[in-house]
Amino acid sequence: MAIASQNKAYLFGYRAYLVAFFVFLAAPLVAAGTFAFNDSLFPALPWQGFTLDWFFGTTEPKLGMFYDRRLLSGLYYSFVIGILVSTLSVVVGTSNAFLFVRGNFPGKNFFYILMILPLVIPGVILGISILVLASNIANGAEDALNLEIEFLRPGIFLVVLGQFSFITTITSLVITARLRKFDYAMEEAALNLGASRFQVLRTVTLPFLRPAMIAAGIVGFLVSFENFNTTLFLVGSESPLTITMFDRMAKVGSTPVLNAVSFFLIIGSGALALITVLVQRDKSSD
Amino acid sequence: MQSDIKKLSLILLFAPFALWITLLIIIPHMGMVVLSLREKVAPRVYEFGFGNYIDFINEPIYWNTLLRTGSMSILVTFLALIIGFPIAYYIAKIAGKRSRGALFLLCLIPLWVSDLIRAFGWILLLRETGVVSSFLLWTGAVNQPIEFLYNDVTVVVGLVYTVILFMIVPLVSTLDGMDDAMIEAGYNLGGNGLTVLRRIIVPYAMPGIVSGCIVVFMLTAGSYLTPILLGGKNSSWFTEQIYDQFITRFNWESGAAFGFLLLAFTSIVVWLGLRLTGQTLANTVAKQ
Repeated sequence: MAIASQNKAYLFGYRAYLVAFFVFLAAPLVAAGTFAFNDSLFPALPWQGFTLDWFFGTTEPKLGMFYDRRLLSGLYYSFVIGILVSTLSVVVGTSNAFLFVRGNFPGKNFFYILMILPLVIPGVILGISILVLASNIANGAEDALNLEIEFLRPGIFLVVLGQFSFITTITSLVITARLRKFDYAMEEAALNLGASRFQVLRTVTLPFLRPAMIAAGIVGFLVSFENFNTTLFLVGSESPLTITMFDRMAKVGSTPVLNAVSFFLIIGSGALALITVLVQRDKSSD
Repeated sequence: MQSDIKKLSLILLFAPFALWITLLIIIPHMGMVVLSLREKVAPRVYEFGFGNYIDFINEPIYWNTLLRTGSMSILVTFLALIIGFPIAYYIAKIAGKRSRGALFLLCLIPLWVSDLIRAFGWILLLRETGVVSSFLLWTGAVNQPIEFLYNDVTVVVGLVYTVILFMIVPLVSTLDGMDDAMIEAGYNLGGNGLTVLRRIIVPYAMPGIVSGCIVVFMLTAGSYLTPILLGGKNSSWFTEQIYDQFITRFNWESGAAFGFLLLAFTSIVVWLGLRLTGQTLANTVAKQ
């Protein structure tokens, strides 16, 4: 009896801790999101009433995010970079998955470690090392051949390369995990039924991998969209959204328009994360 | 014929991997090391030497910053483990089947929200005109606004907040694979809660613990946004020094040396961690 009530108290304490943790987790997000609707020029208390001006306002000083050209262009560049990075890294990630699950070659473990490595290199260092290499090549070409290679100067191309360099590890791991669960009998059956190798790949193996490829693509897109450390060093005049927002936060006093963007991104990434989980869940039920 | 096709497809699969790793990881890092060994002796004249590293040793601000970054990152990793483990254990072992998925999702969603927005949220809560300060004023607990930002405690709390989910996720997936019977057996054999935790649960969860710790440590030591936004100008984070050398002073040679030092430092800590716990990179980080 004493033990039971002690257990109850213990479980109650445990649950209280859990609740406190989730409050801690949600507090900054709620704060960042809520002030988007405050009818005030500053993201702070007191509450001045509800407004949607920080989304749809057309005039200064309450210029809404959908009319703020710099924020919109940041959003656009982030989107373009995210799509490019996620597509590229899913393609290479799928190829890597086949290489490490199906292939047999000397030094496989060593190369597998090499594949994981980018994940444990600080993003800042990936950024500077790629910046240094690209600038060296560009400077060399300029000095020796008098050739200006524009795309090796900081800009979208380098940002894509920098983010791709470590996001590919993430996509590779997600797709590899799925390919390991593949039942070879399915391919053999298709081969026995007279399908060619390519047909088997297209109609059996790739459809099996599709949920993992979609999930990896979404994860890659989100990581790219939110990346700051690597991007910071490689960015040119076309700033993605995180850089634009950081500049405003650090240099200019922030108005609730940043909260509007935050709200928009919290909802957007929450929805995408939910899709990833749902896509992945399908596979465990079948 | 069959083996030729196999060989060809292996080469075709190996090519993208090799291009990616060589062009974007190996060569750039070697380039960084080479650049860090160039000394500027006169405008546009360089010599090979360790000058940039000697500068680092001779200037206490530099290595103090690195040590500070390192020790605070270890502290953050430790706190994230202590705070996160009970949460992961609850999700994996105590929660019912239905609430488990929901709780895990609640953990995952903030993970996908940008660091920038999360740091921004903390700023709104903690600054002098922020929510917490206003609330305390309103309740009468204090009679003038309090600035909670720009101190080390806030930086540590902010960093723990940013990275803790990277601790919880691998812990949940390892603990999830653990058979409940093992815990029951521990209790049946007369172990108390603490013994079961120490002798059964923690050893079983070790790959997850190490994986979480590595990722959290690397993310913390390499973070830039959270220390700057929550710690302000004097947060003295090492990535800030790298940025300063590269972008503000345009001293790439010294910036490359700093980058290499950060990489070497974090690699050594990770390597030591793997050694001490008897784990490998492949069975920890890659398992997530």
